[in-house]
Amino acid sequence: MSDHADHPTLGLGARLWSWRYFVLRRLSQFGILLLFFGSAHWGWQVAKDVPLLTGNLSASEFAGLLPMADPFAALQIFLAGHVLQQEVIVGALIVLGFYLLVGGRVYCAWVCPVNLVTDLANWLRNRFGIQAQIYFSRNTRYFVLAASLVLSMLMGVAAFEWVSPIGMAHREIIFGFGLGFQALAAIFLFDLLILKHGWCGHLCPLGAFWSVVGRRTAQVRVRFDKTSCTHCGDCAKVCPEPQVLNLKRLEEVGYVYSGECSNCGRCTPVCPEGSLRFDLRPMIHRHNAKAHGKQDVS
Amino acid sequence: MGLTRRDFLKTSIAASTAATVGMPLSKSAEAAVKQAEAGWQWDKAVCRFCGTGCGIMVATQGGKIVATKGDPDAPVNRGLNCVKGYFNGKIMYGADRLTQPLLRMTDGKFDKKGKFVPVSWGQALDIMVEKFMAAYKEKGPHGIGLFGSGQWTVPEGYVAAKLWKAGFRSNSIDPNARHCMASAVAAFMQTFGIDEPAGNYDDIEHTDTAVLWGANMAEMHPILWSRITNRRLTHKNMVVVNLSTYANMSSDIADIEIVFAPSGDLAIQNYIAREIIKRGAVNKAFVDKHAVFATGPYDIGYGFRPAKADQFASAKEMEVVKNEQEHVIDKWEAIAQRKKEGEVVKQTNILGPKPAADWAISFEDFARALEPYDADFTTAVAKGDPDESDASFKAKLQKLADLYIDPKRKVVSYWTMGFNQHQRGTWVNEQCYMNHLLVGKQSMPGNGAFSLTGQPSACGTAREVGTFAHRLPADMVVNVKKHRDLSEKIWKLPENTLNPQLGSHYVKIMRDLEDGSIKWAMVQVNNPWQNTANLNHWIKGAREMDNFIVCCDAYPTVSAKVADLVLPAAMIYEKWGFYGNAERRTQCWRQQVPPPGQAKGDMWILLEMAKRIKIKDVWGEQKIPGLKAEGFEDGKLPSVLDAGKAMGYNPEMSLYEALFATKENKQAFKWPDAVAKGHGNHIAETLKDGWFPEKAMFEEYRKFGTGKAHDLAPFDHYYEDHVRGLKWPVVQKDGKWVETGWRFNEQYDPYCKKGSGIDFYGNNGKAMVMGDLDKPGDGSKKVDISGRAKIYFRPYASPVEQPDKEFNLWLCTGRVLEHWHSGSMTRRVPELHRAVPAAVCWMHPKDAESRGLKRNDLIWVESRRGKVKVRVETGGRNKVPRGLLYVPWFDEGVLINKVTLDSTCPISKETDFKKCSVKVYKA
Amino acid sequence: MAEVKTSRRDFLVKLAQGTSLAATGGFLWAHLLRQEARAQPYALRPPGALPEVDFNAACIKCGQCVTACPYDTLNLAPAGGGIPIGTPHFTPRKVPCYLCPDIPCMKACPTGALSPELKDINESRMGLAVIDVENCLSWKGLRCEICHRECPLKGKAITLETHPRQLSKHAMFVPLVHSDACTGCGICERACPTQEAAIRILPHNLVQGKIGEHYRLGWTFETEITQDFKPAAPAAPVTPAEAPKEAPKEAPGVDYLNRGL
Repeated sequence: MSDHADHPTLGLGARLWSWRYFVLRRLSQFGILLLFFGSAHWGWQVAKDVPLLTGNLSASEFAGLLPMADPFAALQIFLAGHVLQQEVIVGALIVLGFYLLVGGRVYCAWVCPVNLVTDLANWLRNRFGIQAQIYFSRNTRYFVLAASLVLSMLMGVAAFEWVSPIGMAHREIIFGFGLGFQALAAIFLFDLLILKHGWCGHLCPLGAFWSVVGRRTAQVRVRFDKTSCTHCGDCAKVCPEPQVLNLKRLEEVGYVYSGECSNCGRCTPVCPEGSLRFDLRPMIHRHNAKAHGKQDVS
Repeated sequence: MGLTRRDFLKTSIAASTAATVGMPLSKSAEAAVKQAEAGWQWDKAVCRFCGTGCGIMVATQGGKIVATKGDPDAPVNRGLNCVKGYFNGKIMYGADRLTQPLLRMTDGKFDKKGKFVPVSWGQALDIMVEKFMAAYKEKGPHGIGLFGSGQWTVPEGYVAAKLWKAGFRSNSIDPNARHCMASAVAAFMQTFGIDEPAGNYDDIEHTDTAVLWGANMAEMHPILWSRITNRRLTHKNMVVVNLSTYANMSSDIADIEIVFAPSGDLAIQNYIAREIIKRGAVNKAFVDKHAVFATGPYDIGYGFRPAKADQFASAKEMEVVKNEQEHVIDKWEAIAQRKKEGEVVKQTNILGPKPAADWAISFEDFARALEPYDADFTTAVAKGDPDESDASFKAKLQKLADLYIDPKRKVVSYWTMGFNQHQRGTWVNEQCYMNHLLVGKQSMPGNGAFSLTGQPSACGTAREVGTFAHRLPADMVVNVKKHRDLSEKIWKLPENTLNPQLGSHYVKIMRDLEDGSIKWAMVQVNNPWQNTANLNHWIKGAREMDNFIVCCDAYPTVSAKVADLVLPAAMIYEKWGFYGNAERRTQCWRQQVPPPGQAKGDMWILLEMAKRIKIKDVWGEQKIPGLKAEGFEDGKLPSVLDAGKAMGYNPEMSLYEALFATKENKQAFKWPDAVAKGHGNHIAETLKDGWFPEKAMFEEYRKFGTGKAHDLAPFDHYYEDHVRGLKWPVVQKDGKWVETGWRFNEQYDPYCKKGSGIDFYGNNGKAMVMGDLDKPGDGSKKVDISGRAKIYFRPYASPVEQPDKEFNLWLCTGRVLEHWHSGSMTRRVPELHRAVPAAVCWMHPKDAESRGLKRNDLIWVESRRGKVKVRVETGGRNKVPRGLLYVPWFDEGVLINKVTLDSTCPISKETDFKKCSVKVYKA
Repeated sequence: MAEVKTSRRDFLVKLAQGTSLAATGGFLWAHLLRQEARAQPYALRPPGALPEVDFNAACIKCGQCVTACPYDTLNLAPAGGGIPIGTPHFTPRKVPCYLCPDIPCMKACPTGALSPELKDINESRMGLAVIDVENCLSWKGLRCEICHRECPLKGKAITLETHPRQLSKHAMFVPLVHSDACTGCGICERACPTQEAAIRILPHNLVQGKIGEHYRLGWTFETEITQDFKPAAPAAPVTPAEAPKEAPKEAPGVDYLNRGL
């Protein structure tokens, strides 16, 4: 289930290499699930009575030392009227800081378990050529995000956390099964039959939250080399958020600027010219300056 | 019955759904449920568990027990049950019930190191008898042993005793009642010359005072406790005193609670006696007429392996055993026994190995011996709670003495394992009689010392039938020629068939297995490898020595695990039987349901064994190491084959034909019998030779007691619908069978001499040598003790193992209400298992805190002998004082008897499970 | 111009569509939340849990309490289970709370939904034990009382009251629960030997009544203080309110008195 499976001309090694980010993302997603599951079910410990990774993506503790918390969930709880305890604030700041550096939606592509389901739906959709049934704006998610915060305030409960299919799926994988998988199935069918990238790209308020966060601070981004780009458009075909590959904008800033980019890395191996590559932001500037300079000289 | 099973299911579903939606049950549906129950057959029976002996009614249908209820007509419980009794109907239906004989085998052959494999009864019995005969030939009659039980039915115990003593000529048969009642028995025999309590449960409704000495009746005798509580609530003068080494549930309604130090009871009893004398409260008329003062040796030891202990005990264990060999008198013993502190007294017994020896003393000597037991001394040795002040303890002691002394007050003393499982168990029992006799409060309604039993037929089977290593039926013993002669007469045996040498008692059978002197042992209705102290030794003895162990049980117990052959046993309501409870009440039941699969009654197993052994195998000359008895060659039992032949016993005859299915028995007691009223008898039906073994054996057994103050009514009488058990002696008066409420009391007991008032006839015809406090006299002066009971002086003696720097806590073991004994039945009842799934270690919160422990922490409890893992409990039902732990022994997951000390009362040979020293640390 | 008109109309339509979509979605969402929050009354929460409403606001549903519990007592409510989704709760008949003295579940809670104010586990109030006296063996006279003996706060949370049974010479031992000490751990419910537990843990608000504020029991000690007849402080002089000059239009009792007989 990759977007790169149809390059018959490539050798096996090269094909595997072209799958590198796909493989790494799956390793990351399953690895995190495994760490949670192993600590909860098999008692994985770093020392006597110190579990490896307790909790789940809402809040967790690593090795009894490092607290982590979902800043969006914490924000909702705060708005619901609960004075947060220090531990969860510290945890939320740690997580926030991390994503501020690597890019907010790195969560979506590298951590979130729902991504596994939506990627599968998308792959099947492409495979069977299923056409979209409805269209609505990708900005809907920002309304949902706003609604989450407003409703939290009004209802006195963390509004999204109470219905979040992400939370349900994740909890039920770690703590036992219930009806939460129905929500996951609904997302799958929605993405498969109704709207391409429907959940992650249009509705999910958590994704929206992360889009907002890290927009300006993300240090890991996809660099765009306008000198080699042939405008073939292969990248936009595989991108789950193709609007982030707006050429005009890309040429202007020299990298994928939009907060909606999840650093999934789908575009980089498909670019026949190698114009799209991961890089650190300061390096991007230097690289682009150099490249432009060269071009200017020649 | 017009209702089909489907109809019934439908209506019962209707009933349950109606209940859930809160709809009133329609009259017709209710009637249908009633109609379904109309197909149930109700019959009277007895509770399977403790010695209280509650009556129950059992309903059966289609070969299954469908319900039970408390018997409303049973005088003991009047329709009530405790929560164990509530589950009588479920104990037989555990998921892991044994239904097939299992033998350790490798490649189709018996192998001690092999795995258990199902075998047929034929294979099982053949290998069992083959191994038995091999051990018997090699080691003689005392090279085999039988662990019996106070849960045997009366006929079962009788068959076992007869097979062992008359058939195998072996006295190595001993019941688990040795762990339970032996001290009470020894004290009864020594004091009254006849076993079992004088009073009965009706004492509760007559008395003003109930004093519990090491008996947590609230949990261990729940139904009797509700009678005591009722008396306490409805009778203004009623006072309840609870003496124990820790505060327990019985303290809840107690007016006085005395927490004493282990063995402190010895001092407290003497304190009371001293007070009685000091205050001039001795009932002179009673004592002069009905009692005699006596004492015995002090240096009786602690019941360890008498010789070669060091060959088996570890160096750590020897630290304790050494205390027996060279006992250094401590500060308190010096005062209590009129000795010097630091003096070394070899516990060899001034009279040789006769710890039970006694002699008469004067009242003046008796009073002089009690002199040191004043309040200061008693408080110093007996105060058990370090957080209690001396003044508070002394005040309680005084109040306790007041209760015994007050001439207007009736007093009953109750005890169970607190007294009996005691390094000085016989002594402390006797001290209790001492006080009752001194004030003349004995053998009268509401007055008396009453020993409660733990097992349903400790009295009925173990004691009355005499399944002990030293006993014969009806209180007779093997080492008295007169008793052997009488037994041989009733059993129609050639002279000197019976073995005069005492057999191995319970703990000794274990020791004999360990040192190889017993090579074949059988277990019936008990769990020796869970219930015996210092288990690590015995597990090794069973698994690593060359021996063969047969375990008959309904469930796979620890003992089955260490055995070589496991035989599936039928349970209580799957066979006919009698139990005798603590108040001498003999009660019966019929077989209610057939046993499952191949399971068979213990009696059937014994009878099938008897079928496979011939007279010539056992009645020839036999070696008995150490035998020395008048009329016998040293170390030998004579051959009685010829004498037997003269009496009509062909040497080729099986023991089954010679002792059990005799011509007379087959003729007189035929199966089927009208008394069955349609109930089956799987034993008679499987033996297929037309006799009724339970009835035949009961009637034969009756002959022993009749005319000897142990009389029982005929078999059929107990089964009559209106009879709810009878307290022996049961004698015929005007064509009616009349029971005896209070023994030794002329008003109630037909065996008392006319005009005597009180008559302790058990000692009739006996005399005692006069002596002083230290030794018996030369025998020139004797006192006749006919009609008298003995008032013993017994001194305080310190426990053989006491907490020290390393092992710094006392450990006391016992039971909980929800589980019975080793839990083999109650732990199979899911509800009881859920209620109390595991044993815990009760610990004082401060003891826990000072060791860095918290409630629910997993800890090791370790002694010089072994260790177990258990969870800490600092709250709950028992409140232990600082310095003492309490761990129940029902849980095979917490084999606490790996930790306990196998020290016994040297007279009764009963193990002290109530005190040893341990340390605890986090697991 | 037509172009402009169209796009403006389009915009208005889109705005209306968006608004109505958002409103419908919002209402549905709010409704769902209210339903979920109402599903709360039967949930038994871990020790130290805030009052239900606050707890529901504060719990982040991370399950760290579940992992910290050494007895597998706690579960996170799955979707559709009738308990607010993802929140920790326990079912005493299956596994009760064993009252760890160090309260690991509370310590694991990052948000304070399990309040660190709870210092002594015996002070926790997870629920209240309630006895079905019709089906309790002890209330029938049998010697059961397992709940009492197994109670970690035996003698405080559950006491035994003894009564003569009248029917026979056996006393009854009747268990009674005391809300001032009962932690709601549920060990009693787990241990109860009847087919369906005759003692159960329920949230306090479902079972507890309340004596009126206006009344004090005459025989309890708190009321003794009022036996002091000395005036507490010099009373300020009371100046009676001036009567209004005009009589009011309405006065109590008028309506009733003016109604016909």
